[in-house]
Parts: sequence; structure tokens; C-alpha cells
Amino acid sequence: MDIDPFIFRLSIFILSIFIGYYVVWSVTPSLHTPLMSVTNAISSVIIVGAIIAALAGSSVNIFQTSNIFGFLAIILAAVNIFGGFLVTQRMLQMYKKKKK
Amino acid sequence: MSANLSALFYLISGILFILALRGLSSPETSRQGNYFGIAGMAISIIVTFLTVGNFGTGFIYVLIFLVIGGTIGAFIAFRIPMTAMPELVAGFHSLVGLAAVFVAIAAFLKPDAFNLGIVGNIKLASLIEMSLGAAIGAITFSGSIIAFLKLRGIMSGSPITFKGQHFINLLLGLTILFLIYYLCISQSSNIFWSIVLLSFVVGVLLIIPIGGADMPVVISMLNSYSGWAAAGIGFTLENTALIITGALVGSSGAILSYIMCKGMNRSFFNVILGGWGATEQEKNSKNKEQKPVKSGNADDAAFLMKNASSVIIVPGYGMAVAQAQHALREMVDALKKSGVKVSYAIHPVAGRMPGHMNVLLAEANVPYDEVFELEEINNDFANCDVAYVIGANDVTNPVAKSDPQSPIYGMPVLDVEKSKSVLFVKRSLSPGYAGIDNDLFYRDNTLMLFADAKKMTEEIVKSL
Repeated sequence: MDIDPFIFRLSIFILSIFIGYYVVWSVTPSLHTPLMSVTNAISSVIIVGAIIAALAGSSVNIFQTSNIFGFLAIILAAVNIFGGFLVTQRMLQMYKKKKK
Repeated sequence: MSANLSALFYLISGILFILALRGLSSPETSRQGNYFGIAGMAISIIVTFLTVGNFGTGFIYVLIFLVIGGTIGAFIAFRIPMTAMPELVAGFHSLVGLAAVFVAIAAFLKPDAFNLGIVGNIKLASLIEMSLGAAIGAITFSGSIIAFLKLRGIMSGSPITFKGQHFINLLLGLTILFLIYYLCISQSSNIFWSIVLLSFVVGVLLIIPIGGADMPVVISMLNSYSGWAAAGIGFTLENTALIITGALVGSSGAILSYIMCKGMNRSFFNVILGGWGATEQEKNSKNKEQKPVKSGNADDAAFLMKNASSVIIVPGYGMAVAQAQHALREMVDALKKSGVKVSYAIHPVAGRMPGHMNVLLAEANVPYDEVFELEEINNDFANCDVAYVIGANDVTNPVAKSDPQSPIYGMPVLDVEKSKSVLFVKRSLSPGYAGIDNDLFYRDNTLMLFADAKKMTEEIVKSL
């Protein structure tokens, strides 16, 4: 009997929750703010869906309603990707050790 | 690019995202972690372009919109002051939420582009996944907007409650679930739009009853929601990178909410149901008769600290509001010059988001190995000469240990009162967010410094 591919995706999902659980507990509390900004940035990988939506259909009429939603989502996700990674980088640059 | 090959690349992206979070276990590895994250994102985007394989006019537009969004994002990232990080993160969460909603709408309108069937006959599983993704995304969006407005001070931070609030939320939640069920039978677009609209309303209603100082929990919770929304869309798109990321972000936000709730000794539901402190305030204003308080000025404080051998600094949200972190560092530098040992004690819920104080101190060039968490430093107060409390209040209240009647009883607090003397910078004797009087004000070893946190610290620097 064949296994529904959904089950595979569900397995990946559940295992990832466990990975997330252990990885996040090992994050040092002083970096919790960068943790939030970087999770923000990586969750914008949703841009993948936005790109598919934006490029769907014929190239003659690229501004159908669904494409427009795709383009809007691209802008939103891009703000987040660049903003999220850069602000995280900016914060992490500030964490310095004591000068000996 | 074949579907199998791209799936493998998405898996690599997912692994890079895991490594990005793993890097945050210490400041040394964190920067490298961030590069892993960026690499993962770049791979995902490039692979998507190659898989779709449509490099016509649409591709040019996609690039243009990417650049527009990226420029806005970069501009914000470089310009935002560190004190505004909580607002920024709330704002970014709202964008993820809205992007999830838009992608779900696009998938509903044009399911064939995503291999989900055709309009009016979308696969059942996909319908459930995309409507859940849209609903959670919409809740994340409107909830984050409210959190943003509260943090920015555009909207009052005090809880907005009304009768039957929780009943209405429950009713709306059940309605959404019913509509999703109905959508699966009818495939009607009206139902889909209703789900999205109702979820926007739920997001607003969920966040308005939660008060300003509970924002650390709210932001963490919305962080978690944005992850679940992304995961929902990930299932719809059958995309591994998105599923992995959604799970990571979802559990990350959930753990942070848990840590924040623990820091206040409150259950998650207690915070979410909101409205803490409103009633307590009235009760306490009555028995606030004139208790003796010792107050001093900057010279007294400078004298005490200069002659101390060790000083512990306890920063709180008030320090962020007064932008006093740079003045504070100058004060510490001056103290170190006269041979005083200085460290910083941070309570888990100090500030308006997890780790808020640490970022502000890092910005002011405070080395991170001088900054300690509650459990690491709490025993040191007994051996310390001066505790300098700047902008913190409830998290130092000894009542949490002694008075079972108090609403904050059982909350972990910093044992500030155990140090030989306490300097408490505060504008007045008003109670903190919990609405209760701080017993510490009236202790014999406490010297109140009534002033703005930044001004007082600057004056102390001068007299040092």
C-alpha cells in the first residue's frame, strides 16, 4: 500500500518541531531578541509561495488578481528578509567580550 | 529544475535555517549562524526561480518588487534605534502574517499554478491547509498591528476589556472552524473570504485585553503564530523549507512565551485572558499612607558607589524609555576606574520583549560577559555593597517572596534588598505595572533617587 506524501511532510513537520524545541532551549537568554528577529527573517521564506503565485499563468497577462497578490506578498516578504537579517546582523555586531 | 532536485535544495535551506538558530547558543557563533540563515534564504529563492522556469516579463517584475521590498527593509534595519526593537519585531510579524494571507489567497484563486487542482475543485487537504494558513496569518497580522500600536504608544497600553469578551472570542474561533469545514464541502470563495475577515477580527480581539508590560508574552506568541501560519502554507505548497522553518519558528515563539510566563509566575492563559492590575491598583492606593522614605541626590549616590567594592546594576524598561543605557555605561566606566567591580543583573521579563535589556546594554558597549541572568547572579546580592536599580520595579519587589496575598507572589525576583545598600532611581513612588507598592522603597538600606533615569545617571557621572 502506498503512503500518502502528506504523511512524509507531516513527519518532517513534527521532527522539525522537536529540533526547534532543543535548538531554541540552547539559545542563550541574552540573545533572545536576535532570536526573534532572525526567526522573523527565516519565516519569510514564504516568499517562495509568493514567487510561484506571481509568476503563474501566461506571460501575456501577468497582472491577474492572483499574480497581484503574489507581487504584494513578495514586497512584504522582501521587507522582512532584508530587514530581519540586517537588523539581526547589526545587533550581533554589538555583542562584544570584555577587553582583556 | 526537476521537482526532486529542488526538493533536495529546499531541504538544504531548511538545514541552514536550523544552523542559523543553533548559532545563537553563544554570541561568538551567532554571526556565523546569521550567514547560514542568509545562505538558506538565497538558495530557496534561486531554486524557486529555476523550478518555475518562467523568465519572461513577470520575472523582471518579481525582481523589481524584491528590490523595492529589500530596500525598504534594509533602510528600516539600519535606521531603527535599538530601543524600538519590540515595535520593529511586532511590525515584522505583521508582514509575515499578511504575506501568508496573500499567498493563501493567490493559491485559492489560481490553484492550478500550485498543483492543487482547479478552481471549484481544489484538493481537500490543500483547502484545509490553505484556509488554516490564511486564518493564522490573518490573526498574526491584525494581532501584531495592535501590539505594534501599543508598543509605539499610539494606542494606550492599558488592557481593553468588556463583558463577554472571551465568550465572543470563543464563538468567533468556533465559527472559523465551522466555516473551514463548510469551505471544504462548498469550495465557495465567499466562505474563504469570510474566514480571512473573521480572523482579522479575532486577531484584534485577542490582543486588546493584554496590558503593556505583558508585551513580552504577546510578541513571543505572535512570533509563534507567524511560524504556524508559514507551516500551513508550507503544507499547501508541499515545500520542505517552509515546513521546517514554520515548525522551528512556531516552537521558538512557544518556548519564549513559556519562558516569559515563567518569569512572571503566571500561566499562559492568565496572560492571554488579560486585565492584570486594574483592580489591585484601587485597593492599594488606600493603604498608601505616608511611610518613611529616605531619599538622596546624585552626590550621595556617587559617594556610596565610589566607596563600594562591588556594585550590581539592575536595569528595567524605564532605562529603555529614558534612553539611559549610554549614560549608565559612562557611570560604570568611571566606577571601574576607581576599582569597583560592576556587574549587571537582568530579569527574564525586564523590558518589552525577551532579551530587550541585553541588546540595549550591548548597544552601549557593555561587554556581554558582565551581564548576568537572574539565576546566575541572584546569590551575589548578599555579598554586594550597592545595588543600582534603574527603571525596574516589580521584578525587585520582595513582597513576591513574603506575601502570599500579593498578585505577584511566587514570581522570581532579584534579591536586591540583600545588598548592603540599594539605590533606586525612579521618578516617584508610584507602583509598577502590577499595580502594587514596592516594599523595597521603605527599607532602611534603600536610598531613593527621585529623578529621570538618564539625568540622574549623568549627574552621578559628573560627581564621580
